[in-house]
Amino acid sequence: MKKVFNNAEAALSGLLKDDIFIAAGGFGLCGIPELLLNAIRESKVKNLTFASNNAGVDDFGIGILLQTKQVRKMISSYVGENAEFMRQYLSGELELEFNPQGTLAERMRAGGSGIPAFYTKTGVGTIIADGKEHKDFDGETYIMERGLVADISIVKAWKADETGNLVFRKTARNFNPPAAMCGKVCVAEVEEIVPTGSLDPDLIHLPGIYVHRLIQGDHEKRIEQRTLREVK
Amino acid sequence: MAWDRNQMAARAAHELQDGWYVNLGIGIPTLVSNYIPKGIEVTLQSENGMLGMGPFPTEQELDSDLINAGKQTITELPQTSYFDSAQSFGMIRGGKIAMAILGAMEVSEAGDLANWMIPGKLVKGMGGAMDLVAGVGRVVVVMDHTNKHGDSKILKECTLPLTGKAVVNRIITNLGVLDVVDGGLKIVETADGVTREELVESTKATIVT
Repeated sequence: MKKVFNNAEAALSGLLKDDIFIAAGGFGLCGIPELLLNAIRESKVKNLTFASNNAGVDDFGIGILLQTKQVRKMISSYVGENAEFMRQYLSGELELEFNPQGTLAERMRAGGSGIPAFYTKTGVGTIIADGKEHKDFDGETYIMERGLVADISIVKAWKADETGNLVFRKTARNFNPPAAMCGKVCVAEVEEIVPTGSLDPDLIHLPGIYVHRLIQGDHEKRIEQRTLREVK
Repeated sequence: MAWDRNQMAARAAHELQDGWYVNLGIGIPTLVSNYIPKGIEVTLQSENGMLGMGPFPTEQELDSDLINAGKQTITELPQTSYFDSAQSFGMIRGGKIAMAILGAMEVSEAGDLANWMIPGKLVKGMGGAMDLVAGVGRVVVVMDHTNKHGDSKILKECTLPLTGKAVVNRIITNLGVLDVVDGGLKIVETADGVTREELVESTKATIVT
């Protein structure tokens, strides 16, 4: 079965509908599936729920879907970089579920691994724990968190082979593997698709079993906080 | 007289021990990396998926795929490793990170920490802070002793939503160092030019001896 598609629109065909739940990789603007997000904007589907650590900035990343009011709900750990997000949230147009960053990552990993729920110490004694099952193990209190299973996941990697084996680069890996794992269908965008057999099997970060559709494209890879050291 | 930001960071650097893997928060905690004592090997974790965080890059080294948890561009070191967010928080939750040095809005005498939300004003999110304080071996808070109105940020009980309950071990401020112990806070030392009486007077929490 051929996984490689010509462009983002083709790779998403038949997958996008109103009201679906999408898991997206990326941390800040690093390693975000920018081509697939653009294609989702063009598709005009709406009432989307996104599980994504952040919401991009106003004009890049998931921010571009906030401008067009295509997002109904975000499940995120940090949304501080996005003024439009704040405006929609405070006016009640946008629903927000804060998840601690590690809890969000583990919910994705668990959901993709057949684990419907797990216990964690993170958030015990905070508002995050409200309404959640508490349970003691070995004298410590934990709360139950649910695994996430998304209708589709969209991720960005550095390289792929034609079977969808993925290699990430530096800290652009971040949420991409767990997000890929938790989608019923995973679409990946990469900077380069190389011939099958040219990646070292020992150095593959995410096996192609998790990746169903694949595109190659040019990425802007915008930097959020350009910080340099002074050269003396 | 009291410690400035750099002196607070330098004091916090004395908390580091050889061989430790450590997570530094945003703000004054980031400055701690400038004061790691000579002869001590410390590996910095960046919770977005990196161990062995290096300094900020030069123009030539700038790489959009290489950022820290504050989204700033950084560099790697010879011992650097990368991993995904689930594994990153696996090592945090699993107690593999010896210590986190974090900023705070409020700390209570029971070690409760509030550093992520001001209801109605600031809605940004907790990021990885709740996971860090619940999971790492030791939590050290570095912050100004008082807020911009001059009120103590160390309280009997926090007024803001908590990041973690009974999670802070030590507080380093511009006025001194306090440990969270049974029954309240114990003064470990005072900053240069600060008397014990001044530190007690500025702290709206129970001080035990």
